[in-house]
Amino acid sequence: MNKLINSPQTLLADALRGVAAAHGQLSVDFENRIVFSTAPREGRVALVSGGGSGHEPLHSGFVGAGMLDAACAGEIFTSPTPDQILAAATRVDTGAGVLFVVKNYTGDLLNFEMAAELAREQGIEVATVVVADDVAVEDSTWTAGRRGVGTTLILEKVAGAAAARGWSLEKVHGLAERTAHAGRSMGAALTSCTVPAVGRPSFDLPEGEMELGVGIHGEPGRKRVPVMSAAELSHALVESITTDYDLGGKPVIALLTGLGGTPLIELYAMFAEVSDRLNERNIKVARSLVGNYVTSLDMAGCSLTLVGVDDEILDLWDAPVNTPAIRWQD
Amino acid sequence: MSEALTIGALQQWLYRFASEITTQADWLTELDSAIGDADHGTNMVRGTAAVVTKLDGGATGTVQELLKAVGMTLVATVGGASGSLYGTFFIEMARNSPADVQLNGSELENALHAGVNGVIARGHATVGDKTMIDALEPAVTALSQSLADGQQLQCSIAAAAAAATTGRDSTKPLVARKGRASYLGERSAGHIDPGAASAAILLAALAASIGEGTA
Repeated sequence: MNKLINSPQTLLADALRGVAAAHGQLSVDFENRIVFSTAPREGRVALVSGGGSGHEPLHSGFVGAGMLDAACAGEIFTSPTPDQILAAATRVDTGAGVLFVVKNYTGDLLNFEMAAELAREQGIEVATVVVADDVAVEDSTWTAGRRGVGTTLILEKVAGAAAARGWSLEKVHGLAERTAHAGRSMGAALTSCTVPAVGRPSFDLPEGEMELGVGIHGEPGRKRVPVMSAAELSHALVESITTDYDLGGKPVIALLTGLGGTPLIELYAMFAEVSDRLNERNIKVARSLVGNYVTSLDMAGCSLTLVGVDDEILDLWDAPVNTPAIRWQD
Repeated sequence: MSEALTIGALQQWLYRFASEITTQADWLTELDSAIGDADHGTNMVRGTAAVVTKLDGGATGTVQELLKAVGMTLVATVGGASGSLYGTFFIEMARNSPADVQLNGSELENALHAGVNGVIARGHATVGDKTMIDALEPAVTALSQSLADGQQLQCSIAAAAAAATTGRDSTKPLVARKGRASYLGERSAGHIDPGAASAAILLAALAASIGEGTA
């Protein structure tokens, strides 16, 4: 394992020090491992998210004006703890309430649920939206349900814009639910990732094979297949999503995220194919993002997210945002 | 062997749990690499080390206070599903323990039942889902049965630990229905569940502490 770290034990703390050093518009609570926005939020709904670390820039990279107010960083691939989430909620609540954005993993659900109970006991109004958009997982009562992946970013952006416009908690929550329901993702891995504290790959993936429908912790998905070309993989990803979800002629926001170990040149080559597949299906790409946004340490591969949108969601997407990983003006 | 667990015995249990978790951390992580996200050993070591620091700090007062402090420490340091589930286990045990310096057989039984029920309520898992419940629930059932049969407390705790180990091994052929392993579907079969493995360590540590006559 060759990693650019001091030690696995200090990696998270060191990374947070780096976030603080690099981004003056953020403030970092090192003890509680929370990244805060310094943007004014008086009288408006606050957005708090978080999860295991190792998926950067998710979530700390999305903290700032127009998006998240706080991100709680758990240990690598481990959800944050209830006291940590409570500390974030307590600090960002201005009386208008807090929206928790939670990805559908057992640990995240349990810890955010405990945090919500504790926050309500303190008189903080809390609403929770759960993102469960990964079509690689069969959504049934027999599994923990679908994982939350790329739709999380798109939801955090539009809900952040809505909060910045002064929407009520109920309205922001409604929008967040609507966005979560309209999003679907599917990914593929070309290598395993290596958790620093473990020091060896999480799973064994021989040369020439790939994992279709892999999760962002390296947990396998649908099946192992021979490595595909970008054209072949684009078919598989788009087909999986559109078979699962009828966009009903809506335009989409398309996110093609790398998983941490794939260069941009490959991601753009992949996005060209994805774009062709969507054109063939008359699916209009209204906005797109290509890059490393929801990653899995050093795993090679990519994940495609399509969120069906309307004019309101697009308008919120286009609203100004200033975070380390996403930044644009009117 | 007295018929009650003193607070000192409970502390020995927790020290032993921490040292066994450390010894077996690599194995737990290996199990978790196979069907989860390769962090169970690391997370449990971090949490139980924090418990040891807490115990070393002394002044735990009653059984209730001790168990609550342990639960809160695990919730705040382990993270993930294990943190909230193990934390809930001890917090619920605490809620159902006397404000006293020892637990007799029926008090231990009540507390353990409450702990396991708390885990079930929070995690919504039942026996057969391939989780820590597969080790915990048979353990408390065995404890109750053994006590009802008139066995000594030490003997009953040993039965509980044995049932937890059997329960742990029973997870091997199962297809996971909860937690991250459930994403593997059929591919989760053939591997012991890491949560069931750490839960069996918890019960084995209790039995070993009693066995050494610390009660």
